[in-house]
Amino acid sequence: MSEMRRVTAIRNGTVVDHIPSGRAMQVIRLLRIDTDRSTPVSLVMNVPSDKIGRKDVLKIEDRELSHKELDRLALIAPSASIAIIRNHAVAEKMMVELADDLVNIARCSFSNCITINDREPLPQRMRVVNRDPLEIRCYYCGRGQDIEELIEKIL
Amino acid sequence: MGDLVTMDDLTNDEILSVLGDANRLLPVAKGTLHLPLLEGKVLANMFFENSTRTRMSFEAAMKRLGGSVLNFSSVGTSVAKGETLFDTMQMIDGYADIAAIRHPRQGAAQYSADSVEIPILNAGDGAGNHPTQTMLDLFTINNSHGSLDGLNVILVGDLRYGRTVHSLSHALVRFGASLTMVSPTSLRMPKEIVSDLRSHGAEVNEAESLQDQIPDADVIYMTRIQKERFPDEDEYAKVAGIYKLRASDLSGVKKAMIVMHPLPRVDEIDPSLDSTDHAKYFEQAFNGVPTRMALLCRSLGVEVPKKVS
Ligand SMILES: [Zn+2]
Repeated sequence: MSEMRRVTAIRNGTVVDHIPSGRAMQVIRLLRIDTDRSTPVSLVMNVPSDKIGRKDVLKIEDRELSHKELDRLALIAPSASIAIIRNHAVAEKMMVELADDLVNIARCSFSNCITINDREPLPQRMRVVNRDPLEIRCYYCGRGQDIEELIEKIL
Repeated sequence: MGDLVTMDDLTNDEILSVLGDANRLLPVAKGTLHLPLLEGKVLANMFFENSTRTRMSFEAAMKRLGGSVLNFSSVGTSVAKGETLFDTMQMIDGYADIAAIRHPRQGAAQYSADSVEIPILNAGDGAGNHPTQTMLDLFTINNSHGSLDGLNVILVGDLRYGRTVHSLSHALVRFGASLTMVSPTSLRMPKEIVSDLRSHGAEVNEAESLQDQIPDADVIYMTRIQKERFPDEDEYAKVAGIYKLRASDLSGVKKAMIVMHPLPRVDEIDPSLDSTDHAKYFEQAFNGVPTRMALLCRSLGVEVPKKVS
């Protein structure tokens, strides 16, 4: 884990490791770190990785990611690993996991889908029909989703 | 068991069982036998876009079985004022025992099924599914050929936008049919659908000429090329009327070959064909009634007697 030392160790917070190279900015947007300026964030990009070729690593101080955030993170970085740091030590390790049924994670991108009307009260729902390659369909209209487009429509 | 949103809601055995029920209900559909299996039950026809044929077929099916029908049309109602589908469906949940829904937006049938307690029959949602149409097509083929297995089916015309042929292709492949897609290049069946059909083990061929396919066909399924699919007149003019079937084209065909069409037709099938034994399109349209009767019974948990008399 020598590459983890490229940035300063943190006392409390979350380390998101094994983000696919180039996707860290999407994670930052997802976690709304870009608009919430209250926590220090360190970012390393394009670090060589045995597991996924090249990766991005993100350290967020004084914030522990919730399970709800992890469910969304799974769309962007399905192989990410999470370490919750408390008092300089790893207190908890978690893997993100993409559920089969994605409820209120992202909005369908098909312009003629019934869920396009945002006053409709039922939740947004997607189904993961294949994992490699990742294939996601809207539960209601059945349309296959473009993953990049879907990431832009994360709720 | 209650909802029918896509053909995936039915196993092959269930499809055959519904077709069997529909067959036994034929005399009831024709009005020669009185069998009020659904007496006291109410069907809500929820049509958020016009489709007079489908609506009347559902209505005839329900009434022939002794049930009654509420017709909803979205024109000039609260829907026009911006009511959500969820709210509209809540209203009907209290009035009816079952609902057939037709909606311009894709996914509306699944959405409705999740919004209410009563069973939902999808009567067409956008470019999505129209399973009762597929079932009546299967019924027509099954009744003419005595089986759905291993038939050679030629699909002709607009295979790009026609949801009827998409859904029918998927269903036929489940019964081992070979498919030949005949269309102009601009209206070919979407690649994803063709590869999906092939991945289910189906033999799928594509062709531009109809004439070559006629001698080996068990079913020729004609569709209309719709003017509104084309951005300009010239593009439409290039393909309009390129597939026409006349009685004289059928000299070398298999005896049991049938010609189908979801109707309305424009000029794809010449009236000279109407009086031949091969013409099944009017019967096909009528078959919507017994098929929907069987599907209404299935969704309402009412068993169709093994002997109907
Ligand atoms: Zn959708």
